[in-house]
Amino acid sequence: MEDLDQFREETRQWLEANCPASQRLPNTPEEQYWGGRRGSFASDDARVWFERMRDRGWTAPEWPTAYGGGGLTPQQGQILKEEMKRINARTPLYSLGLWMLGPALLEYGSEAQKQEHLRAIVNGEFRWCQGYSEPGAGSDLASLQTRAEDQGDHFLVNGSKIWTTAADRSDWIFCLVRTDPHAKKQEGISFLLIDMASPGVSTTPIELISGDSEFCQTFFDNVRVPKSNLVGKLNQGWSVAKALLVHERKLMAEIGGDSPRKEIPPVEAARRYLEFTDGRIANAQLRSDLVDYEMRMHAIGLTHMRSFEERAAGIKGTVGLAMKYLGTEAIKDKNELLLAIMGTRGLGWEAPGFTPEELDTTRLWAMSKAMTIAGGTSEVQLNVIANHVLQLPQPPKAATEY
Amino acid sequence: MALVLNEEQRLLAETAREFLQKEAPVSALRALRNARDPLGYDPELWRQMAELGWASVILPEDVGGLDFGFSGLGVVLQETGRTLAASPLFATAVVGASALLLGGSEAQKADYLPQVAAGELTLALALEESHHHRPHHIATRLERSGDGFLLSGEKLFVLDGHSADALLVVARSAGETSSRDGLSVVLVPRDTSGVEIERTIMADSRNAANIRFNAVSIASNQVIGTEGEAGRWLEDVLDRGRIAMAAEMLGSVEEVFARTVAWLKERVQFGVPIGSFQALQHRAASLQAELELARSVVLQALTVVDEQPQQLAIMASLAKATLNDLGRHATNEAVQMHGGIGVTDELEIGFFLKRARTAMQILGDTGFHKNRYATLCGY
Repeated sequence: MEDLDQFREETRQWLEANCPASQRLPNTPEEQYWGGRRGSFASDDARVWFERMRDRGWTAPEWPTAYGGGGLTPQQGQILKEEMKRINARTPLYSLGLWMLGPALLEYGSEAQKQEHLRAIVNGEFRWCQGYSEPGAGSDLASLQTRAEDQGDHFLVNGSKIWTTAADRSDWIFCLVRTDPHAKKQEGISFLLIDMASPGVSTTPIELISGDSEFCQTFFDNVRVPKSNLVGKLNQGWSVAKALLVHERKLMAEIGGDSPRKEIPPVEAARRYLEFTDGRIANAQLRSDLVDYEMRMHAIGLTHMRSFEERAAGIKGTVGLAMKYLGTEAIKDKNELLLAIMGTRGLGWEAPGFTPEELDTTRLWAMSKAMTIAGGTSEVQLNVIANHVLQLPQPPKAATEY
Repeated sequence: MALVLNEEQRLLAETAREFLQKEAPVSALRALRNARDPLGYDPELWRQMAELGWASVILPEDVGGLDFGFSGLGVVLQETGRTLAASPLFATAVVGASALLLGGSEAQKADYLPQVAAGELTLALALEESHHHRPHHIATRLERSGDGFLLSGEKLFVLDGHSADALLVVARSAGETSSRDGLSVVLVPRDTSGVEIERTIMADSRNAANIRFNAVSIASNQVIGTEGEAGRWLEDVLDRGRIAMAAEMLGSVEEVFARTVAWLKERVQFGVPIGSFQALQHRAASLQAELELARSVVLQALTVVDEQPQQLAIMASLAKATLNDLGRHATNEAVQMHGGIGVTDELEIGFFLKRARTAMQILGDTGFHKNRYATLCGY
């Protein structure tokens, strides 16, 4: 414990000395640094902050130092998070490489792949996107049809991926592809890394109900991919994908999309938009909905803490599997609650007549609908809990694995 | 590491589970009910519990206590919830002991706490005066008379009221009926003249009573702490009780849910276990998720009693409201998923259903605690 206290003290001092004041303010989407060939910094301070964190290995605090990470223990990693949060330090590098691909490479990648990609991820050299879902393969992901044919020295990839976040701004994509069309569906899938600059790769943005177009459809037309880009064994990509999904779900439960849009916290919104009588919200239904939401978030926060403490104590608990479901459902509830509290002021689509925060609230409400669909629908999450935690028998006839 | 049990607590939980499953399974409660047992619990069981130190888990060592704190007490209560064990544990070792500990003078603590710790003195808090929990709505009067006082009024839903050796009666020394100020707590031996006790048989087959006080003479040393100033500590006692009850309810929910999941795997209809139907799987999985939240809330609430008293009120309301909601939901689902056999008295599921409803009313229902949480948060 003393060592951890000392680590906290040193970390606090280092952050105080090295995090520029401008990097302790909330950032806009334009100010987020996502790295990559086309990435640019919004300011010199952002670049300095990123470089200082990178040099310390703290863009990937818990990865081994051999690959450019910080080599911290989970407890130290948690302390760093807490200390960054304490001064509202911005995330220096946003990256699916850090959050999703990296942990999977650490577990399944060859030494050569780790050498090639991990340090580049830590350094933000390439921006990564994820190619899992297809137009015909959503919750039933294992029915995916994008083909990778063995052509001797390379794979030839044909097909298309959907919901590829920011594919039009990404340099590389990690993909699930079918390498054996005759095997049982989970057994013919491989995990492949594809350079988006390869001839035959193209992307089209998809406009969402929020008006945003973060997502793309990505097409592969006779794309040649070196065999060395296969992660894990041929036809065993499903295990890699499952490991990676765990990271994605954990991430979604923790940051809930971490949208840079500014949203008013529900209690604050109630103070601004509702009438109070004797210190209480006068509308009994809204007061009751608000306290339900607040109590739930309180319980979810405590459960995140418990999950962390269990991991730190080496207990393999079942908490984590429920968090994606609980966290994302709560986000949807919050956005419905905000709309109800704000009335017509929560329904503005464009200026004038609404404040920027009000407009963000409307858009975030629309965006929140994706939270319980992306990364495994709530229904799939319940299947996972039923089968893996409660060990209830698989539904009759359905050849599913979640 | 507040949200993970330490070695000491794990051992205590294991001992408690083994002991209760052997000595006080649900069938023991059924036997007490069927025999219309006048005491409502087995005194031999209570003697053994006291021997294990359970009557004194939260009490300091200088009065013969185990001093394991609420986190220690919580694991024991959870196990008593699992088997629906009837005993003076809650009314005496949690509520009564806390009242003496927080409100009593040094002399009173020295007099009573060693007896409580040894399991020789059982207590009951006589608080409620209506059919809903209203802790400040006290019409029972404590009026000066000569060197002492006269106590008059009527109390309802007094847990262990007919079996406890002594009653801790909340009465008004001053102020309007709903005022938070002017409250006193007096200790009244059960056999005092003018105390009329009527046991009430309730759905959960556990102990409760209605009690009338007809101008009962009270000596000044029977007043716990200072007359008229119980308001300073009574709320903390109730919050401890709320958190402890939430821990007991958590144990009951865990047990009834485990039995339900086992039934889903065992019961075959249409040629397959009914647990393979997605309609039931999703309901069970969502209960599992709620249970994860409830566990974190109860563990944190227990820790708060020992370590962060400034969080006590808000955590007590969060814990009680959470377990009230889950207790109702989980027992209703248990009955429905068991199907026809779920509504028979032969199956023990009904005992959990009924206990959950009584437990929900103890020291505040869901509405009471949601309202209190909102008020504490300033809206």
